[in-house]
Amino acid sequence: MENTIIEVNDVSIRFNLERERVNSLKEYLIRSIKGTIEYDEFWALRNVSFRLNRGDSLGLIGLNGCGKSTMLKVIAGVLKPTGGEVKVNGSIAPLIELGAGFDFDLTAKENVFLNGAILGYSKKQMLEHYDGIVEFSELEEFMDVPVKNFSSGMLSRLAFAIATIGKPDILIVDEVLSVGDFRFQQKCESRIQSMMKEDTTILFVSHSIEQVKMLCNKAVWLEKGHVKMLGDVEDVCSAYECS
Amino acid sequence: MSTYINNFLKYRPLLNELTVRDIKTRYRRSVMGVLWSLLNPLCTMIVLSIVFSNLFKSDIENFPLYIMAGQVVFNFYSEATSNSMNAIIGNSSLIKKAYIPKYLFVLSRIMSSLVNLMASFAAFIGIMLVLRAEMHYTIVLAFIPIAFTTVFSAGVGLILAAYAVKFRDLIHIYGVFITALLYLTPIIYPMSMLPDTIRKVVLLNPLTNMVNMFRDVAINGLLPGWQSILIATAECAVVMIIGLYAFYKKQDSFILNI
Repeated sequence: MENTIIEVNDVSIRFNLERERVNSLKEYLIRSIKGTIEYDEFWALRNVSFRLNRGDSLGLIGLNGCGKSTMLKVIAGVLKPTGGEVKVNGSIAPLIELGAGFDFDLTAKENVFLNGAILGYSKKQMLEHYDGIVEFSELEEFMDVPVKNFSSGMLSRLAFAIATIGKPDILIVDEVLSVGDFRFQQKCESRIQSMMKEDTTILFVSHSIEQVKMLCNKAVWLEKGHVKMLGDVEDVCSAYECS
Repeated sequence: MSTYINNFLKYRPLLNELTVRDIKTRYRRSVMGVLWSLLNPLCTMIVLSIVFSNLFKSDIENFPLYIMAGQVVFNFYSEATSNSMNAIIGNSSLIKKAYIPKYLFVLSRIMSSLVNLMASFAAFIGIMLVLRAEMHYTIVLAFIPIAFTTVFSAGVGLILAAYAVKFRDLIHIYGVFITALLYLTPIIYPMSMLPDTIRKVVLLNPLTNMVNMFRDVAINGLLPGWQSILIATAECAVVMIIGLYAFYKKQDSFILNI
């Protein structure tokens, strides 16, 4: 059991899509008295279960809207599942989507400390990692520039450098590698691979089957919130490509 | 319980960062920067004091100081609660992407308002010196009413933050409410001016007690009475419990509404 790092048991997520968005108190009261608040139920995930061991790396594949990102959000603790449960034994470093953790008015340097704190690092730890982050992101000259002036490539470099500091037990990579130039993508891939050697578990979402095959040893294929296939990365990917 | 405390300790650096960010971004690109948090209350206090000390002639000694002392407390309450209300909505991009205990956002807004309170308190003391008002040793006890107001604001802030996510009307309603509250708190007028019925209403306002307590220690040289301390403690406890409960119940649904 010790070896299991993520256990996803029968997880379901339901969103209530309000047909007409009720946003005001008055409307809400009137409608709830009348009983006319109508929802469209939408199951983003339905009875998803899998288990990952320490050092595994899992690729999540599937078409747009199949629930890949929702699955990652549930594991990261951002969304609470409607049913089922997720057990995570370890620290999670979510590779936050472009710029989400950044305050655009602050400089890159200030954002490094803000984002580090979001990941749960103390100021002292961040001072130790600071030089490494600057070096990896190759943004030496821009650290005192507000990030609103950054290009998307620069942002993703910074975000990736921050998220991969230290030794997180789990790293979540959600299609961030698709930005940035070819050289930087390779740099990121090699950093991920070296983290995997140190037993970091990777959760990887990408539409690039090539990347998934290269980085992962297991894969889950999701379709409309259901697990269509689960297993070895080669098998799942080839089945997915044939479909 | 211990998991909550551990979690809080883990994210304490984040609370610092968020607080610093709130202060930094507020004055970014202004020439005088953080100095504004001193100048701003100073100027408004002076304006209001001049206007209202001429409007209401009262028997209170040093009426301008009376008005300023009231404003120090009230402005803090107003700023802390209004900012907390927007704490969840304003940080929506973060909440959608990473797990962070959400009350931290409210707490950081309270903390940054507290920093501003320190500045306006310093401005207040500066004015006392300029006016050559008598300094009482009891002024060091000013932290007592300030602590009560902080806890009270945090409780109200949690309630507002929890409900403003779903009902954005609250943001507009609360703006009006704060204006009304300003007149229901003895800030710009002396209590002695009020007719009996209105006086009762004003005394029911929890802020009245806290404002009076602050005035007593800061300008009147009086120790806070046990009665008012007990009342304030009870009020803070009730608001805080309601706030924590409402926030706890609502926090999982934030992500669906932001």
